[in-house]
Amino acid sequence: MSGLETLTMAKALNTAMRHSLERDPKVVIMGEDVGKLGGVFRITDALQKDFGEDRIIDTPLAESGIIGSAVGLAIRGYRPVCEIQFDGFVYPAFDQIVSQVAKFHNRSLGNVKMPIVIRIPFGGGIGAVEHHSESPEAYFAHTAGLKVVSCANPADAYWMLRQSIESDDPVVFFEPKRRYWGKGPVDLSDASSVPPLHKARIVRPGSDATLLAYGPMVATALDAAKAAVEDGRELEVIDLRSLSPIDIGTVVESVRRTGRLIVIHEAAVNLGMGAEIAARVQERAFYSLEAPVLRVGGFDTPYPPSRIEEDWLPDVDRILDAVDRSFGF
Amino acid sequence: MSLHGHVPPEPDLVQLLTPEGVRVSHPDFPLDISDDEIQALYRDLVLVRRFDAEATALQRQGELGLWASCLGQEAAQVGAGRALRTQDMAFPTYREHGVAWCRDVDPLTLLGMFRGVSLGGWNPNENNFNLYTIVIGAQTLHAVGYAMGVTRDGAVGTGEPDRDTAVLTFFGDGASSQGDVNEAMIWAAAGNLPVVFYCQNNQWAISEPVERQSKVPLFQRSAGFGFPGIRIDGNDVLACLAVTRMALDEARSGQGPTLIEAYTYRMGAHTTSDDPTRYRLSDELETWRLRDPIERVRAYLIRQAGAGQDFFDELEAESEALAVRVRAGCRALQDPSPLSVFDGVYAEMTEELAEQKAGYAEYLASFEDGAHQIDEPVASS
Ligand SMILES: Cc1ncc(C[n+]2csc(CCOP(=O)(O)OP(=O)(O)O)c2C)c(N)n1
Repeated sequence: MSGLETLTMAKALNTAMRHSLERDPKVVIMGEDVGKLGGVFRITDALQKDFGEDRIIDTPLAESGIIGSAVGLAIRGYRPVCEIQFDGFVYPAFDQIVSQVAKFHNRSLGNVKMPIVIRIPFGGGIGAVEHHSESPEAYFAHTAGLKVVSCANPADAYWMLRQSIESDDPVVFFEPKRRYWGKGPVDLSDASSVPPLHKARIVRPGSDATLLAYGPMVATALDAAKAAVEDGRELEVIDLRSLSPIDIGTVVESVRRTGRLIVIHEAAVNLGMGAEIAARVQERAFYSLEAPVLRVGGFDTPYPPSRIEEDWLPDVDRILDAVDRSFGF
Repeated sequence: MSLHGHVPPEPDLVQLLTPEGVRVSHPDFPLDISDDEIQALYRDLVLVRRFDAEATALQRQGELGLWASCLGQEAAQVGAGRALRTQDMAFPTYREHGVAWCRDVDPLTLLGMFRGVSLGGWNPNENNFNLYTIVIGAQTLHAVGYAMGVTRDGAVGTGEPDRDTAVLTFFGDGASSQGDVNEAMIWAAAGNLPVVFYCQNNQWAISEPVERQSKVPLFQRSAGFGFPGIRIDGNDVLACLAVTRMALDEARSGQGPTLIEAYTYRMGAHTTSDDPTRYRLSDELETWRLRDPIERVRAYLIRQAGAGQDFFDELEAESEALAVRVRAGCRALQDPSPLSVFDGVYAEMTEELAEQKAGYAEYLASFEDGAHQIDEPVASS
């Protein structure tokens, strides 16, 4: 497979795993229903058929077991790619991720690498029952030793997953499940133009204010930027891509030009990614700011029942409202 | 012989009513039950299946976001549900619609969560039926803690039939792999707690067959924890009733926990989002169709108990009326107001949350064209 293709994000992720499995015999995929079913979102579709049950492992139903055994596999030199079925089901594995995966390299004086990828479909907007729409990224970004990323389009899905699997550090890979079926161009052959995994990207240049988003909210931010043109405002949109480490340089550079920053995520605002970014930006670009850094995010409540999730989730109107407030300062 | 050469014998399966509808007796599990009582169980089974089918249809029509059908597991659920006494507490998964029925939880109440208008939606203490729990296995530990409370309250082994209390917790074959479930069994054994672990082995955890979870029959796991385990024909409502009743009795009298493996089959998809054709063969379904939990009771009632056509006609009418009520009731379930998300997060709303709520109300009010509505619940379709 080579050249430019149009893929859904789901297919791009699937292809990234396929290519990683082909390239490196140490790569194994493990999770609940990842085999015959291809995962509940079909992201591992047909991989077991082609790579066998030894490499595409339908695990017993136990998330702590999935991650804990991935640690053992990593010690033994494997590169496990673990699928957690939904965001809300990662917590049984939280201890293994935070206390073991994150610390092992450090504790072994760098002798043992933890090249584990933990794929987590996250975020809402799909009309699901509870535990299926959460945005737990801040818990992981808060934990030293873990790298945390999120893709927002098929090309990044492909390359960021490839890079994550090749990373010698553990990567928690957040997939915006409501964007799985969106299509986009992916250049499967040309790795040279691909940015490093932990680099943010300006996806729409603008001069009046900066919108910073990641994962599912990048598309929403782009929609807001398009709508803002009618109000005569040119908004810059940055896809953060990496939540830990944060490419704060790209953000600060943008804020120096626009003077205004609005951070958008589905996760609750309280101690979310926006809080950290706001703190860093005011430390580095205080005199460039025309207004306080504003946050548009989920409310500090449990994720709501699905019939009112569209009210709860940040949307174009809520973003534009924040833009207005920014200009009102 | 080698350590790994030892082959354990095929497990027994307690059965009191064969798939052909013939009553059989079991030396250890006598069941004294009248034909009237069997008719009542039959009514439960039929109505639960009807409600469940209606819910599946409502999902197809877009009225529910999701439905987890209990098709094929009605006997396992009704048998266990009818073994409970009023004071007992049940801890379900998300599929125990038949148990909810036995606990007099209005079927419409169950739909709220699947429609997406609530995150649970009932008071667990009202009918002694806990909230549905989606996180696999978590509820088994809650059951254990509840049983610890029961023990501390002195509501075990007093001999007073209305006081002694047992706890019944449900989980699936897949869930048996979770740490929580194993920890629950350790706790229950260590504390000799009045809890009955009721595993509906419906052979599948989404796409994973039970062999992915266990090499030994699941009921045998209890031996390692130190309490009895037993496998019952989960499609035989009489066996489910008899054995669960006995286990609950023993729990109430202070004899400690039991593991029951109700051997059954998930006849439908895992949920309405699932496509089982990707991972299982249809002849499996055919085999289990012959073991249908309702047909065998019907055959018994007609052939052995002389149930007349009137009984079946009346039940059919009742079943139709239930379906009509569920359909209409589901469509009438109101969406909550967007502002309701702030309520109930804490015992008392914090100031900062109140501020967030007020800010959001103001924001919503800023849309004069009515694109957002605030206090009025959004009318349902
Ligand atoms: C902790 C956790 N992990 C994953 C899931 C997703 N999930 C929902 S149901 C299910 C299978 C459960 O199988 P089983 O316990 O056999 O019960 P059944 O659904 O067959 O009744 C899975 C993996 C979940 N709900 N919770």
